Amino acid sequence: MTTTHPTSTSTRAGTLGTNAHRPDGVAKVQGGFAFSSDMWSENMLWGATLRSPHPYAKIISIDDSAALAIDGVECVVTAQDVPGNPYYGLIMSDQPVFAAIGDTVRYCGEPIAAVAADHPETCKRALAAIKVVYEILTPVTNPQDCVSGIAPQIHPQGNVYRHQRIITGDQSIVGDVIVEGTYEIGMQDQAFLGLESALAIPDSGGEGLELYVATQWLHEDRKQIAACLNIPEDKIRLVLGGVGGAFGAREDISLQVHTCLLALKSGRPVRISYGREESFYGHVHRHPATIWMRHHADRNGKILKIESTMLFDGGAYCSTSPAVLINAITHTQGPYKCDTASVEGWAVRTNNPPCGAMRGFGVVQACFAHESQMEKLGVALGLSPVEIRLRNVMETGDRLITGQIMDSVAPVEQCIRETDAIAMPEPLLPNADIRQIPGGTGLTAQPGNIVRGVGWGVSMKNLMYSEGFDDYSTARCRMTDGVVSVKFATSEVGQGFTMLAQQIARTILGVDEVLLDTIDTQVGSAGSTSASRQTWMSGGAVKAACEKVLEDLFDHAALTFELSRDHVRIEETDIVDILSGRRIAVSEASKGINLDRTEEYHHPPTEDLDENGQGNCHVAFAFVAHRAVVDVDVELGLVKVVQIATAQDVGRILNPISVQGQVEGGIAQGLGLAVMEEIIVKDGKVRNPSFTDYLLPTFLDAPLVEMVLIEEFEPKSPLGAKGVGEPPCISVTPAIANAIRNATGRELPRVPIRPYDICL
Amino acid sequence: MSAQELGNEIYTLKVNGQSHPVKDAWIGESLLYVLRERLGLPGAKGACEQGECGSCTVVMDSQAVCSCLVMAAAAVDTEILTVEGLGENGSLTDIQQAFLAAGGVQCGFCTPGFIVAVHHLLDSNPEPSDDQIRESLSGNICRCTGYGRILEAVKIVISQRDAS
Repeated sequence: MTTTHPTSTSTRAGTLGTNAHRPDGVAKVQGGFAFSSDMWSENMLWGATLRSPHPYAKIISIDDSAALAIDGVECVVTAQDVPGNPYYGLIMSDQPVFAAIGDTVRYCGEPIAAVAADHPETCKRALAAIKVVYEILTPVTNPQDCVSGIAPQIHPQGNVYRHQRIITGDQSIVGDVIVEGTYEIGMQDQAFLGLESALAIPDSGGEGLELYVATQWLHEDRKQIAACLNIPEDKIRLVLGGVGGAFGAREDISLQVHTCLLALKSGRPVRISYGREESFYGHVHRHPATIWMRHHADRNGKILKIESTMLFDGGAYCSTSPAVLINAITHTQGPYKCDTASVEGWAVRTNNPPCGAMRGFGVVQACFAHESQMEKLGVALGLSPVEIRLRNVMETGDRLITGQIMDSVAPVEQCIRETDAIAMPEPLLPNADIRQIPGGTGLTAQPGNIVRGVGWGVSMKNLMYSEGFDDYSTARCRMTDGVVSVKFATSEVGQGFTMLAQQIARTILGVDEVLLDTIDTQVGSAGSTSASRQTWMSGGAVKAACEKVLEDLFDHAALTFELSRDHVRIEETDIVDILSGRRIAVSEASKGINLDRTEEYHHPPTEDLDENGQGNCHVAFAFVAHRAVVDVDVELGLVKVVQIATAQDVGRILNPISVQGQVEGGIAQGLGLAVMEEIIVKDGKVRNPSFTDYLLPTFLDAPLVEMVLIEEFEPKSPLGAKGVGEPPCISVTPAIANAIRNATGRELPRVPIRPYDICL
Repeated sequence: MSAQELGNEIYTLKVNGQSHPVKDAWIGESLLYVLRERLGLPGAKGACEQGECGSCTVVMDSQAVCSCLVMAAAAVDTEILTVEGLGENGSLTDIQQAFLAAGGVQCGFCTPGFIVAVHHLLDSNPEPSDDQIRESLSGNICRCTGYGRILEAVKIVISQRDAS
């Protein structure tokens, strides 16, 4: 890893810019860290969920009497046990807590009932004993039928989640060179390792409860749970259970309401823990999409106009489909200048599995299309992949197709040039270790059949929520007799926010030890751990709270120690009066006092798009370039990704190893989408809901990653840093696809690229 | 579970050098379930239930196994080592330290399985090549790190052990 600028001005251990220790690190390597699936309570029952085996069916009857007769079964809950809102959802309240008698199930795996019992095995037997009579209906599985209107309406709120266009510029422009294509992106799963799990503990008075849950947004969960349970929010305390990865799959409610209902009905603590198969049914996935795109360019390669239609299959319930679609269409141009565009996007309801947030959030799909197009444009003009992109790079101050002015730092050219400067890997040797060639230890590929290819991908990604949403973050900082503690409701999902919060407090307040309070709903919302937003947003809130405490400390110290109030500052762990040169240790100055501040951080407001897709809808952007080198056995269709070179725009680097980990981890997920990961859905049914059949990149699949971090302070960001989580996984997918195209000469319009796409 | 189905017989598992009686267990319980839910050893994690992800890796009689695939009652008379059995008196092993120093831990769900697998790897092959490390650990899935920092951690340990 190299960086383009020095990363730190402070060398004090654990401050901003250093590789601080993770506060959860020791517990995680020793196996003692409590994930939500490790939670346990005295007198606890196990819960489990009955799910529909049909993608679309009317429920005629539910008979739970045989289940209740089983020794060890405590209770069963169904739709009639939901005291409040029978529906939930992030944007549209359209998903039933349980499908009710007389209503329909709309996807295969939809919850119908839940049981609580003394043992997981008893739960399984109870689920098998519940008799549900269905009237099977013909599912709507082709999203195009919802656009054309020929599909029957499968939900009272209609089959279209959102239809939005973007029109800007002179539509009569025709380019000297025109390239087009229709691209498909398969349904990817987040596949976090820590399965969905929650423990609900009812209050002794029966009025409320406590829920320990692995989630991305405690307050949003609480709001939806309270509405379904018809209990005031202040009677429900949500505590973050240890989260084993998220990647978007924990933004929606899954088992939260079910667990609470069982606990309230039984009066006992209840834990539900999904297995892997159930997890595939229990959370939303990345939208499969079909994108048509046409680029017009002049003879020099300058993009003149882009036309596109995008169709996103949102599946049975809304989740975040409207926002995913808006992200996709507003990123049609990618990180390139473009004055004229005509884009039409649809997100629709089908009886396929519900889709929603996954790392990259709509931009992954748009990027696969625009980067496939850039490759075609380069070929059509006789320009290299680097040259065609350099001729179009976006810069700060450019006008986007939405009319918004790019006011983020936008080092797109530097991303491309730095990536291009990274050394190519060594050629594959005829006697290469079998673990380095396509097919690996399967010993199937012959070195003589292997062709090397190189491909590029460059992307732009919005940071934070968009379209007028005020996704603020809250943090509380206390300094009590010299001891600093910070509190927030920010979900730590593995990214390291708890470590960053300590780094911020150490740096601002001049202390070495920072305590972390429980992550729960006993403080204001932090918004979701998604959209690459927590470093910026919750980092901004922790910074603001610490700065307020610092001002209070300065007030106190100036009076007590007769310092010049306007000339004090923190140097290392001292308060220094820069007029007199006097130094008072922070530990000394803070003795016997109690400072306590809670602050919110709000990003600048954004706007909805108008009917022509115009509006300042996004807060900020980050950029990245990827170059992939692949070896392909063209006869067998086997691919080995040899190397990914990348240069990423990261703003100020706050923790170098964490950034490196995000980049490498994101690249592995983008590789997965490029060559192996897909939830296969046929007739509305998932065919591969297991880790045996849903393939994830292993250690042997992971490429060498060579990275340059482009460190340029982002003035709009509270800490100067940009979110780094999503960009790594976005353009690496088309970079790999372009490399395979380069090696094979095939168009390969769809990811994941399967062996038979290459060799048949 | 009904009393009839819970065998009242006690069997004993030897885990991390200590004997643990297991009573009132259903005979179908996996080693992973018994370790986690009956013996208070939650370090091994369940993430796939079919031996694909390695999160539940423990060492059984010097073999790394997926404890989700082993019936607990079949593990009687074996020596079982879990992540909790590594390190003396709560101290970190060189491998655990290297995972932290190299950034090999993010969400941490795969970490205990990886730590056990790396201990097993370096016990059986102290000087693995990069390709051998990758192959040996390819039964452990990590969704966060992309494996780069984990590879780095293993290489740190190898070079540290070489130096000493």
